[in-house]
Amino acid sequence: MAMLYTVNKSPLERNALESCLRHATVGTAILLIEDGVYGAMAQTAFTPALEQALQKLHIYALKPDIEARGIQDKILPGIALVDYGGFVDLVAQHSPVMAWL
Amino acid sequence: MGTISVAGEKIETDENGYLNNVADWNDEVASTMAKKDHCELTPAHWEVIHFLREYYEEYEIAPAVRVLTKAIGKRLGRDKGNSKYLYELFPYGPAKQACRYAGLPKPTGCV
Amino acid sequence: MATKKKIMIVNRKAPHGTIYAFESLEMALITAAFDQDVTLAFLDDGVYQLVKNQDTRPIETKNFTRAYRALPDYEIEKIYVERESLNARGLTPADLAVAVEVLDADTLAQRIMQQDVVFSA
Repeated sequence: MAMLYTVNKSPLERNALESCLRHATVGTAILLIEDGVYGAMAQTAFTPALEQALQKLHIYALKPDIEARGIQDKILPGIALVDYGGFVDLVAQHSPVMAWL
Repeated sequence: MGTISVAGEKIETDENGYLNNVADWNDEVASTMAKKDHCELTPAHWEVIHFLREYYEEYEIAPAVRVLTKAIGKRLGRDKGNSKYLYELFPYGPAKQACRYAGLPKPTGCV
Repeated sequence: MATKKKIMIVNRKAPHGTIYAFESLEMALITAAFDQDVTLAFLDDGVYQLVKNQDTRPIETKNFTRAYRALPDYEIEKIYVERESLNARGLTPADLAVAVEVLDADTLAQRIMQQDVVFSA
């Protein structure tokens, strides 16, 4: 089974997402939650790293957290949005699951 | 923590008598709180209470007294946007007392 | 009456993941209610606080970001946003819910030095 990482920190404040991407092997799923969803935005200083990561990883972002932050119109194409049910499905479909705090 | 009984139903309040949940509010809540304070709500009181409900819906804050006074002056007329008028209606403090009757939390900027 | 001080509150944290932004806003409103000369500055992830159309109903938290639009009622009119921080996040003033003055980092540094008291969160 493929691995799932969750990241809940903004990539422009902490290096959790950067470090996570550096350690993620091909086919790993990454779910951005809480402040981690800022990492799903297009046209930020972090976007180039994200675009590169999308070539080998599956990247998801939690829609309720995106809407709470008002950035739903600025998400990079290629990122799949999931709701809480989708969060549960991802956890059920992957193993192990690691929260990259 | 406390409760207030309104029409046979118990509604949760904080230790100062402010509703824990703004959505629990109705006119009856305001009347019940006022009765406890020996205060009879007139149309002038209701105008301020409904103003506060609308302000909260828009900004999600209970305005401090200075802000309330200014905002009321802007929206309801200058004759009402002064502390004398508002203190006569709400002698315990227009922001504190009126916010409580309106089901809002304690105003930001009140100590 | 106490003296009026020039007080700046510097905001560097994103709004919903931690409590810093909410607490900082409360402090700004309380400070302004005490008739002080309040300036707000937003830089780094703090600029995310001002993004318009934030809707916290899906995460079931209080949408305190609506209160930024009430800042003029509190006579808080000096709202600075750092240009470099906006640019790094692909944001422009049109993405923000309130009217702000965009300053470059050097100018912001000058404005910070002009204060009597500076808080940061």
